[in-house]
Amino acid sequence: MTIILDPTDERVPVARSVAPRPAAIRGSVALLDIAKPRGNVLLDRIAERLEERLPGVAVNRYAKPTFTKPAPDALRRDIKAANDFVIEALAD
Amino acid sequence: MPDALPAFSLADMAGADFAFPRPAARPTLLCFVKEDCPTCNLVMPLLQAAHESGDLQVLAPGQTAPGNRALIERHGLTLPVLDDATLKVSFAYDVETVPLVLLADGEGYEMDRLVGFDRAEWQAFFDRHAPNAAVAWEALPKWRPGCGSLTQDPIVAERLRAASENNPLRARRIEIAPADDVHEFLFDQGFTDGLPVVPPTPERVLRMLGGTERDSQEVIAEIAPNYAPATVEKIAVNAVMAGCQPEHLPVVIAAIQAVANRRFNIHGVNATTMGASPVLVVNGPVRHRIGMNMGLGALGQGSRANAAIGRALRLAVRNIGGARPGGTERSTLGNPMKFTMCFPEWEERSPWHPLHVERGFSAEDSVVTAFAMSSGPALCVDQTSRSARQLAGSFALSLEAMHHPRAHGAADALLVVSPEHVDTLWRERFAKDDVREHVQRVTARPLAELAADDDVGGGLSRERLEAMPAERRQQPLPKFAAKENLHIVVAGAEAGKFSGVFHGWAGGEIGSMPVSVKIET
Repeated sequence: MTIILDPTDERVPVARSVAPRPAAIRGSVALLDIAKPRGNVLLDRIAERLEERLPGVAVNRYAKPTFTKPAPDALRRDIKAANDFVIEALAD
Repeated sequence: MPDALPAFSLADMAGADFAFPRPAARPTLLCFVKEDCPTCNLVMPLLQAAHESGDLQVLAPGQTAPGNRALIERHGLTLPVLDDATLKVSFAYDVETVPLVLLADGEGYEMDRLVGFDRAEWQAFFDRHAPNAAVAWEALPKWRPGCGSLTQDPIVAERLRAASENNPLRARRIEIAPADDVHEFLFDQGFTDGLPVVPPTPERVLRMLGGTERDSQEVIAEIAPNYAPATVEKIAVNAVMAGCQPEHLPVVIAAIQAVANRRFNIHGVNATTMGASPVLVVNGPVRHRIGMNMGLGALGQGSRANAAIGRALRLAVRNIGGARPGGTERSTLGNPMKFTMCFPEWEERSPWHPLHVERGFSAEDSVVTAFAMSSGPALCVDQTSRSARQLAGSFALSLEAMHHPRAHGAADALLVVSPEHVDTLWRERFAKDDVREHVQRVTARPLAELAADDDVGGGLSRERLEAMPAERRQQPLPKFAAKENLHIVVAGAEAGKFSGVFHGWAGGEIGSMPVSVKIET
């Protein structure tokens, strides 16, 4: 990983390229709970709907230890290795 | 025994100082809050009740000044709401979630704590520590989560950490993933001028900052069009990208001061469709110290100092100031000087006073002068003149071509006289002013000759000419509005009877005026 210092006045967020959108949903979907209250409830509903609508797709559940900090490296690696998609339940 | 909580002193919103710990019989209740957190708003009346009970000394460090004022007004608070807008105390306490309640004894040791709002916990806390507080617990929700502390905002956290460690770097850190190509990423972000740049890693920027004694957070100037503060650190980031060495940084800083000066009008220079760009001339001892090239090919490629200093200025104007082609930079054709143009005067090869001395500095000062030029160097080829007058006359006709040969009364131009040409002039002890006066004399033409005709457009409009009385039409007008508009320096190789001319842009109050700044370490 290279770290650089922003040469600009920082008024614009750093643009990141978005991964191309796949034509179909196949493989595994990770559902990531960031540990905000009731995020698990939302993800439970999403898991139910995914299983109804995409029976061939595996759903894997993950949780961050705390919403206040970035996901640990090991968790990010696990999610990336075992899944094709990630749905993250964000805050509040 | 655990450590005591960090000591601090903060002012309330009326400016009264409150120190912690507070030696007293009553414990102190510290509650970190931020105004846009609903749970903080939920607990403010409870804190006020604890304050009014007299059981505790209540202090509420709030994370933004306007937010603190809003909380005081909204909840009618009389408890001290302390100004922690710098977030230094929140950072020292490693606050992750607000509201965070800490109960401390008179020596600052923690006795109890609460995070977020759990009614049963808060009620038990109040029963233990503030039994005289009047609170209608039943009216409150059973549970509300806290909110993230402002210190957890990734950018803020990085800055606070750097400040706490005395690290001079405060710029936003950008992580480039291992799968990304660093150079492609830098292009994609729009950080470059179209050529590759040196990735400004923290290590390189720290090394660059070693080139100046200034504080990394000193604001050198505000650069249009964004009027963003150009700190020494931000300038250093752009200097790294441009390929500078640390000893070049003081020259880059002075160049930025020059172009950010109101008289230079960098916004107009960038924005004009005519396409102007700063041309930097360096004078004084610094030229030798940093190995600038004033001889063979001084205006071209090959010298790191010349090239990188000019490029650092351009990248800083682009990145910090926000002037980008197609945005507020709108040159019709553009010009290659917009990549870089910086060179030193070869003072030792010149019989004349150098530029910076003419402009009021001492010969021992190192100075950078910024000119707004729209094109150049256009060559004046004269290999045959043997007299100073003839040669200055050749300069005159070359200079007359600036913008349009019939456009007289023009503003600034910069004439770079080569060593062989300066020898020809000096044999007859021609001073710079003699050159200027001869140029004005040779180019002075009656207005009638400067008007558009059927074969040549441009110049003075025919309608304006026809509206003039006959004698006015015969009045001569030289190329330049004043002889002082012609700036003269010496540079270039020993061999070659070729001098160069940079053509200016609009001058004076409506355009750009040359600005000189002394280079300080």
